[in-house]
Amino acid sequence: MADMFAFAESRGGALRKVGFEAVTAARQAADATGGGAVHVLLAGGPGISARAAELGRFGADLVVVLEHPALVEYGPEVIAATASARLGSRPYRAGFFSASAQGRDLAPRVAGALGRPLAADLTDFEITGDVVRARHPIFIGKGIATLCLHGSPALLSLRPGAIAPADATSPGAARIERIEPALDPESARVVVTGTTARAAAKLDLGEAPVIVSGGRGLKSAEHFRLVEELAAAFGNAAVGATRAVTDDGWRPATDQIGQTGRLVSPDLYVAVGISGAIQHLAGMRTSRVIVAINRDRDAPMMKLADYAIVGDLFEVVPRMTEEIRKVRATE
Amino acid sequence: MKIAVCIKRIPDTESRFAVAADGKSVDSAGLKFDISDFDGYALELALRLNEPQGPGEVIVVSVGPEGTQEILRKALSMGADRAVHLTAEALPFDGMAIAGALATELQGQGHDLILFGRNATDTGNATVGPMTAARLGLPCVTAVSWLEIGGGQGTAHRELEGVTETVRFPLPAVLTIDEGIARPRLPSLKGIMAAKKKPLDSRPAALGSVQLTVEALTLPPERTGGRIVGEGADAVPELIRLLRTEAKVL
Repeated sequence: MADMFAFAESRGGALRKVGFEAVTAARQAADATGGGAVHVLLAGGPGISARAAELGRFGADLVVVLEHPALVEYGPEVIAATASARLGSRPYRAGFFSASAQGRDLAPRVAGALGRPLAADLTDFEITGDVVRARHPIFIGKGIATLCLHGSPALLSLRPGAIAPADATSPGAARIERIEPALDPESARVVVTGTTARAAAKLDLGEAPVIVSGGRGLKSAEHFRLVEELAAAFGNAAVGATRAVTDDGWRPATDQIGQTGRLVSPDLYVAVGISGAIQHLAGMRTSRVIVAINRDRDAPMMKLADYAIVGDLFEVVPRMTEEIRKVRATE
Repeated sequence: MKIAVCIKRIPDTESRFAVAADGKSVDSAGLKFDISDFDGYALELALRLNEPQGPGEVIVVSVGPEGTQEILRKALSMGADRAVHLTAEALPFDGMAIAGALATELQGQGHDLILFGRNATDTGNATVGPMTAARLGLPCVTAVSWLEIGGGQGTAHRELEGVTETVRFPLPAVLTIDEGIARPRLPSLKGIMAAKKKPLDSRPAALGSVQLTVEALTLPPERTGGRIVGEGADAVPELIRLLRTEAKVL
């Protein structure tokens, strides 16, 4: 039996799916060691404690709530200090974070404060005795490193989407305990002064179950309308793009999927007019199901795809939009 | 400003990838090496921050084996003033060990800024920057996509999922730099000649204990893809059927 720690990410007072993933991983790890407790840190502005109970569904036994007016926005130093203090206060076997934008910022701060190594951006992990073995894609996905991490607490950050958030097999009501910040927010040096939503940011690439992505095959920025319409027909899809497309300014740089952009693992990835440069494949090859639509049947993306249609995307995509609309209408 | 830029030597990620005979490292035979992509942005940013502001110094620092001096020379030819090579037979995978060596070197040197790339494009851990900041006790902002410095203060933007975060911080600080902030310049012939006379110091890296190791390196499982459902728009209904009944994603 070993106890686990997880950080439940939130933003703007709402829990994020990547936080459920971290709690799910902690629950699975605790169960695998014969059923230890899962303690979860939730931090936010006034009212965040109302969200704590929901974490019980994913297997949290105790939710430690850090509620403070200074944490309406993410507070890297205050949260890192509080997470480190908590992790150091008990013999936790492991601490779970997401390798989301916030988690990539937070987890190495905690590791640095504790003087512990961090196994980052993992696609899976296994705890046996004193050793954690975990997998992490390297070299833009060309290789998979099996990492070996000794000692406690083992700090792990999980690639978003790598672990499906799952309702715990025997969820109990999570106990809720309020705690004070381990660092006075007044003395924090790094202060988030605000966030602004980027234009056209509806569903985020990291959270959308479906991604419809477009490449050079669309021939112009205007034709991205076809991709947007298909995404809209799905209803749960985000729009992505290749680097060629974002470099040309057809789409904002933040839509780029690949080596230097976002790394995604949706349930369904629809590649429209994307030949499949290695840098792009690196960002999406872990998607569960891949569909490719391309004129060239020999394109690397067509070889990678589970289902491919050879043809003119200007005919295939509108037809697909129409068919998906029909499917959604009957649901 | 006195700015340190920590850079990493990485193999060109477009080149051939093979696992070495030890089963846990990359076969480096025939690989070309360069400055990691994001570290190039960090270096360019440092050079641009100092250009209009008069006296300043840009110091490049790198931990690694012998070949590391090549990327340090390149950084000097781009315009950095001096370089420090922290020698290690091989670069450990453990970010804390690297952060320890860098913190030992950078401690108490009076830098206004210490810059890193957002992550190395080969190992993709994004850990060494914030860990070094923690070791030095300095404020840290990660994945900076826009930056303004003035009056001993900085304002940065970070691109999160769907939103842009604005962050305020005091100097000195450690920043990790995102793509696109400043496209790295190419070394000029004059720069290459000048680099030969610039100081490049070399001393052993104080790596400390390594607690995170690579046990095995393998190739990703092959996807059994490549199934052509059909040609043209007429294949769409069959695709939809497969997505519903076989893949169960609809």
